[in-house]
Amino acid sequence: MIRRVVDFFGEARYAEQRRRLFYLALVLIVIADFLVPREHAEYLWDRLPGWSAVYGFLSCVLLIFVSKFLGHQGGLMRREDYYD
Amino acid sequence: MIDFVHPALLFILGALPIPFLKGSIRKAYLMLIPALAILAVLTVQPGSYGAAEFIGQEILIAKVDKLSIVFATVFTIMALIGMVYALHLTGAGEHVAAFVYAGSALGVVFAGDYLTLFLFWEAMAFASAYLVFAQGGEQAIRAAFRYLMVHITGGVALLGGVILHGLATGSLLFGPIAGGMDVAAYLILAGFMLNAAVPPLNAWLTDAYPEATVTGAVFMSAFTTKTAVYVLARAFPGTELLVWLGTIMALYGVIYAVLENDCRRLLAYHIVSQVGYMVAGVGIGTEMAVNGASSHAFAHILYKALLFMGAGAVIYVTGRRKLTELGGLYRTMPLTVALYMVGAFAISAFPFFSGFVTKSMVVAAAGQDHRALVVLALTMASSGTFLHTGLKLPYYMFFGTDQRLEAREPPRNMLVAMGMAAVLCIAIGVFPQPLYALLPHPVDFEPYTGVHITESLGILMFTALGFVLFLRALDPENTISIDTDWFYRRAARYFTWLAEKPLARYEKAVSDISETAVLPFLHGTARAGLRIDLNGVDAVVNGVARSILRGGGALRQLQTGVVTHYALAMIVGVIAAIAVFAVVWR
Repeated sequence: MIRRVVDFFGEARYAEQRRRLFYLALVLIVIADFLVPREHAEYLWDRLPGWSAVYGFLSCVLLIFVSKFLGHQGGLMRREDYYD
Repeated sequence: MIDFVHPALLFILGALPIPFLKGSIRKAYLMLIPALAILAVLTVQPGSYGAAEFIGQEILIAKVDKLSIVFATVFTIMALIGMVYALHLTGAGEHVAAFVYAGSALGVVFAGDYLTLFLFWEAMAFASAYLVFAQGGEQAIRAAFRYLMVHITGGVALLGGVILHGLATGSLLFGPIAGGMDVAAYLILAGFMLNAAVPPLNAWLTDAYPEATVTGAVFMSAFTTKTAVYVLARAFPGTELLVWLGTIMALYGVIYAVLENDCRRLLAYHIVSQVGYMVAGVGIGTEMAVNGASSHAFAHILYKALLFMGAGAVIYVTGRRKLTELGGLYRTMPLTVALYMVGAFAISAFPFFSGFVTKSMVVAAAGQDHRALVVLALTMASSGTFLHTGLKLPYYMFFGTDQRLEAREPPRNMLVAMGMAAVLCIAIGVFPQPLYALLPHPVDFEPYTGVHITESLGILMFTALGFVLFLRALDPENTISIDTDWFYRRAARYFTWLAEKPLARYEKAVSDISETAVLPFLHGTARAGLRIDLNGVDAVVNGVARSILRGGGALRQLQTGVVTHYALAMIVGVIAAIAVFAVVWR
């Protein structure tokens, strides 16, 4: 069973199925976020349904590009023999 | 009746027979001792044990309370899992070092005074360094020496702080630092923060862990940073500085993880990131935050060990460690992939995995303490955690471009150890109550609310969307990243250049001057001295010597060899002495 699950995520022939399943999950999560009761809303964003989706996506993009910027332009990334 | 068996003693004394045992007896023994230690921790009663006096100081070998029991429980469980993972090793060295390492970590966790703490603290540094040395090869040995150097420096800072603290307060008992932050407190804090890998004192971790042996890195990922979290929680709860350093740490590790190409170094940067949550929790210092920090340490040790075991299995089988050289292993190592992914879901805090019930407690505590910025930063770091350990690393290691590597599943004991950790990661996620009952303060927190589940899934799955869309930007590159170890790896070289070039030139100039000007002068003076010596001093010395010879001849006349003469002389002497005594002292 484990092999079949792992293969589903690896094999190219399941790519289309994977993609559909993934987008379906995204849609369901956002819908669910609109439906759940929100009692203890402490911060502004606690009251905004769908906020976590937006914040998650923005965080991811920000982290990728800020890090790569620091790595390439900021000089953090060096050749592997830098210390030799 | 012994009411307390110190688990540290079990491990450290238990390490002695290992080299003399062979084959399956040794394997059974290696699992027996951690099992006994788990039993010892489960049955331990809170209280103080082993009070004594040493050089006029109160010593308390073991102080057991709920906080120390949480850490001791997970340390002993981890020791068992790590031992199972290392069972296939034939040499005894790593087993012995791992026993001493785990034992010393337990010694720190139970230490009731600073001297006991310091001794175990140093023992941990040396035992863990062995796990890097054991890898062999120039690269690992250099890293091990750097690791040892940094930890010894940290130990010196800690010892200095402890001595100053002892002088100021008159007690070396280990507890919350009372009163204001003085030099002693800052030195102790610095020593603790170094072991917790708080930036800028973090580079030793990401430098050394990936160079350790496959089995050694698993132990290292568990003990050093988490004992540091424990001592911080014990001595510095509610220190504002730690909130901010912890938050920075959580993001720092994630940013470096984007740049990393070495699979275990990427995981090591995520130790920095995850320990950031714990340090921030300790800094917030409320009951909920300390609960969050301790429970997150508990969960973290298990899932991080699982991740290191997964990456270690890949290195063990393929001999490769760079993401640029790995890929397509899912066909040959499906079990490893599945077990690794359990760890990845746990660290990313997916619902029904351990991180979900512990990490959220720290974030919720920050929210309750009205720290919006900390909440946002820690949430962003969780996104990064899933991005790397849950998506980037498995994608490039197990899926991605097929490198057509010869691979198979790792030895059975490795898979069993990973299975044990995976079961615990899921069990804690599904049934958090036993862990919550173990925490130092009563828990008033329900992780499984509708909002919490949808919000977590929203953050995580839309991170996955970002990953899918910008996959190419994340392609690993053949580089290394500069961290603060630059200061002792590269800047040290500038220092030696300074020593070799300008200082050497200065020295040459000085010696030139001395040869052309000072030396002739010295020669002249020496010759003059010789003349004075021969003509003046020698004459005096010879004169004195001749007089002594003559005096000796005269004295010889006195040595008659007749006993009565000597007796007479003695009596005269005694009388003279009495006379002197009577005149001078009365």
